[in-house]
Amino acid sequence: MGRLAREVAVIGIGQTRFDEHWNTTFRELGIEAGYRAMEDAGISSRMIDALYLGNMSAGLFLDQEHISSMIAEVVGLTEGQVPSTRVEAAGASGGLAFRQAILDVASGLNDIVVVGGAEKMSDVPSSVATEFIAAGADQAWEGLFGATMPSLFALMARKHMHDYRTTREQIGMVAVKNHRNGSMNPLAQFQREITLDMVLNAPPVAEPLGVFDCAPASDGAAAVVLCDLKTAKDLSEKPIKVIGTGQGSDSLSISNRPDITSMRATKAAANRAYEMAGVKPKDIQVAEVHDSYTISEIISLEDLSFFEKGDGGPATERGDTSLNSLISVNTSGGLKARGHPLGATGIAQITEIVQQLRGDCGERQVRDARFGLAQNLGGTGGTAVVHILEVV
Amino acid sequence: MAVARHWRQQDQRYNLAGTRCGVCGGHFFPRRLMCPVCHRKSIGKLERFLFSGRGKIESFTIVHDPMTGYDLQVPYIIAYIALEEGDHVLGQIVDCDSSEVEMGREVEMVFRKLSEEGKSGTIQYGYKFRLI
Repeated sequence: MGRLAREVAVIGIGQTRFDEHWNTTFRELGIEAGYRAMEDAGISSRMIDALYLGNMSAGLFLDQEHISSMIAEVVGLTEGQVPSTRVEAAGASGGLAFRQAILDVASGLNDIVVVGGAEKMSDVPSSVATEFIAAGADQAWEGLFGATMPSLFALMARKHMHDYRTTREQIGMVAVKNHRNGSMNPLAQFQREITLDMVLNAPPVAEPLGVFDCAPASDGAAAVVLCDLKTAKDLSEKPIKVIGTGQGSDSLSISNRPDITSMRATKAAANRAYEMAGVKPKDIQVAEVHDSYTISEIISLEDLSFFEKGDGGPATERGDTSLNSLISVNTSGGLKARGHPLGATGIAQITEIVQQLRGDCGERQVRDARFGLAQNLGGTGGTAVVHILEVV
Repeated sequence: MAVARHWRQQDQRYNLAGTRCGVCGGHFFPRRLMCPVCHRKSIGKLERFLFSGRGKIESFTIVHDPMTGYDLQVPYIIAYIALEEGDHVLGQIVDCDSSEVEMGREVEMVFRKLSEEGKSGTIQYGYKFRLI
């Protein structure tokens, strides 16, 4: 276990701004991200061997399933009957689609593959979006009792505060840091800084979490072009190699896990990715972690072994996760500020890491970034995907 | 959720009835079709297991931004409860003010209305918990 049969690299990235795109359709978002990625890679549609799409729920949000065919059609890939596959794992749909594309290229079946992620959430009222997002948790044993997605993370937050003395302020500082990073990202949904007071005094959503502890509902798409390393070196001056991929699953409901202050799926995915990559957590300079809720970033910092168990909160307070400190976490603004169009998130994490490793991030650039990591979660941690990338 | 889906879960929701594995003796809630420890060996050896309904609060939250259909209950309390048999379950805490709920408080199961599908739709019943 633990080796790719062929080395794989990213040669192109593209992302729409994440926002409430009232005037833009799902199809248009997909096209924009896809063509930006292809333009960045310098490839034409005819060179694409396969397409993968991460999308949580076009069925619920848009009454449209079978978007693999829809997107293949709108980007002009159906004339060649290019195989197109949709991948779903709630908020981890994008990360998982990226992984499927890697496995496809690594297997030798295809050489150049485009992988996109997209979600359109603003067409439904926010209360309905709350309900659809909760479909990523256990509808029969959590949702029926009135449990929303933020309420499940609130349970984790209170237990983490109780067991490890994590403070409400430390949890809130995640949002402050990610908004600061988001203010430097022109594609982020929120590009304004916020203060800790604003986080702590925001209207409650599910106590102890408030509005500023939750990633927004967003519209957006992101895409990357992947190929085998040999082709990558022919086509690109700055290919970014995928050196580790790991995935883990856990129970759909948090009740069937031994501990809700940690996510076993993240730990397993991370360990598999670190082992494949041959790197240690301390080797990583830049990481995009899944802060769908502020507490999720703190738990993930621990599960990814960047910090000891219980030190996620203090580390955030010390500034160890701020830009150009010990490890720069969520330089894009994270899900909190960049926005969280569910299926697009996992791909947007990859575009940020690639941009960082290329040195193209401008004022939010991490100095001497060589290894980058992305961690994408589905629901409360029923799925976790971790990728590690390196400058070639 | 479809009416038939609620109907199939009535025994578990009305009685807090889970599963006991006849091979390893482990118990689980909700009901399992296969023991996650014994796997295939457990098939045909699983029996209905009734939980006492007593437990303690290991974590809780007060929900202000509800699921659709739960608007009238706001704010409501959801707790992560360790049953005295060792398994965990999620449920609402009722019959108290939210300020009374604390980590470690003991609770017991009560039978309540959970939700209803519109004015003329079906009503779902099941377990909630109250402080002891």
